[in-house]
Amino acid sequence: MAEKVLMKGNEAIAEAAILAGCRHYFGYPITPQTEVAAYMAKRMPKIGGTFLQAESEVAAINMVMGVAATGKRTMTSSSSPGISLKSEGLSYIAGCDLPTLVVNVERGGPGLGGIQPSQSDYFQATRGGGHGDFHMIVLAPASVQEMADLTIHGFDLADKYRMTSMILADGTMGQMMEPVSLEAPEVHTYDKSWAVTGTNCEREHNIVNSLYLVPEALEKTNFERYERYRMIEENEVMYEEFMMDDAEICIAAFGVAARVSKNAVLAARAEGIKVGMIRPITLWPFPKAVFAKAAEHVHTFISVELSMGQMIEDVQLATKCTRPVLLCNRAGGMIPSPEEVLAKIKEVAGGMSK
Amino acid sequence: MIVFDKPKSLTDAPLHYCPGCTHGIIHRLIAEAIDELGIEGQTIGIAPVGCSVMAYNYFTVDMVQAAHGRAPAVATGVKRADPSKIVFTYQGDGDLASIGTCETIHAAARGENITIIFVNNAIYGMTGGQMAPTSLPGQVTQTSPYGRDVATQGYPLKICEMLSQVDGAAYLERVAVNNVKNVKNAKKAILKAFKNQVEGKGFSLIEVVSTCPTNWGMTPEKALEWLNDNMLPYYPLGVYKDKYAEEAAK
Repeated sequence: MAEKVLMKGNEAIAEAAILAGCRHYFGYPITPQTEVAAYMAKRMPKIGGTFLQAESEVAAINMVMGVAATGKRTMTSSSSPGISLKSEGLSYIAGCDLPTLVVNVERGGPGLGGIQPSQSDYFQATRGGGHGDFHMIVLAPASVQEMADLTIHGFDLADKYRMTSMILADGTMGQMMEPVSLEAPEVHTYDKSWAVTGTNCEREHNIVNSLYLVPEALEKTNFERYERYRMIEENEVMYEEFMMDDAEICIAAFGVAARVSKNAVLAARAEGIKVGMIRPITLWPFPKAVFAKAAEHVHTFISVELSMGQMIEDVQLATKCTRPVLLCNRAGGMIPSPEEVLAKIKEVAGGMSK
Repeated sequence: MIVFDKPKSLTDAPLHYCPGCTHGIIHRLIAEAIDELGIEGQTIGIAPVGCSVMAYNYFTVDMVQAAHGRAPAVATGVKRADPSKIVFTYQGDGDLASIGTCETIHAAARGENITIIFVNNAIYGMTGGQMAPTSLPGQVTQTSPYGRDVATQGYPLKICEMLSQVDGAAYLERVAVNNVKNVKNAKKAILKAFKNQVEGKGFSLIEVVSTCPTNWGMTPEKALEWLNDNMLPYYPLGVYKDKYAEEAAK
């Protein structure tokens, strides 16, 4: 294992991307993710890569699309309002089946909102993130180490399935410092015969395109894409279970909310309350099966979120509303404290014993 | 014996353009330039949104279809990924001078080593004839039915004039394809814009003043006359910037 270094989450993403072979980064300053761009601006010129501060988020995602079309690894990063601007590009990238990595270090919204941590882009990320039928693989890190590991994994998933992997972090994950171990990953090769690399006058031309004027043809591409999505749902789900074996109350939380909730679970366990936690690591595909299984013995679910309640709908869907799913939330840049989560757990436990 | 051949860099796909449309001529001039420079195997084209969206079917080179106005950003990505490739965009006036103005100006400001072919026919063709950023004052379109009123609908953008103030731009020329002489000049300009890129000279943009007989509501012949009498006085032909010629003259 490589030596541990102390890094900010945003920097860990940048260095991990470089280790994963990304040599083309395009971005635009926005708090709280600007450290990714600053890190790339320092590193890329030293390793023969491209760092380009684009004129807008819109331009940045389209530059990413250009590099992706050539088959090379590329990424952009932003925060909530900037991701809204990128949604046009995300849709075209999906329509063209191009592999890219996009980072969203979320802040509170809507509108300009604030610059404090949030998870209120959950719907935007997990429901596609732009017009038309499509998905992104959405990865939710809960530590600086995971910021790095999921970035590397995200590049591989993007190449494997020819789509966007999104790192959905929040301002806390981006800004906090933790020891992290960074190692060059195993190199995988992927078929990129579709890429625009110049025909060299040796093959038919490749066309990277999302336009299909014949509806039957467009429908076919959608069905094929969703067949790929089905394989992802089958093979790429990631989650962590914590003290779930005998749990009667189950916390659902990701990112910083999961870290807070873990403390609350430990405190509740110390008081004899049978509570556990499921932490989705892939938000899309959502770990439906593990929630469905938990619903066999869990009495009540509590979705802990930094939003007005978005993931809660996926928990309800996964458990088919067979159990109550309550919300424990803060919004607008506020983070729930372990005490607030513990109070919610106790409230539920009290109700159950009555 | 003179044999008239189709350029190698054009596919056999029949063009979908309306009768009298000048896109076909401009496609051919680009293909001739690519052939003459021997860069067919190294060239990557970026198609726009608009009438020429399906340009990707007409060139034998690798092609990417970009979102409306974003071709210069996509071209920037493609070029930065492999600077040895020759990258061009083909864009209309709505695409380049309205929704993509920002991407155009900043690609020029960065001095991206790319070639832009900008087709200005003063109207949105694909969507059925709406006012373009380059529609002339008084010009009647579907969305300026009483004629473009500059008091409420503003003035046309003169792209070559505007970009001539951008330090990063290397070569800017406005040409037309309304007669043989102008077509020959257009060919020379397009060839130079590609050659500049091969030589690493930076950002080149050729504005081609063009017609849209269908949406102008004219016969092809009348459209060429209208171009000559109305567009050329507003959009004078000529070289607006040639950084290397200026430097050589110093």
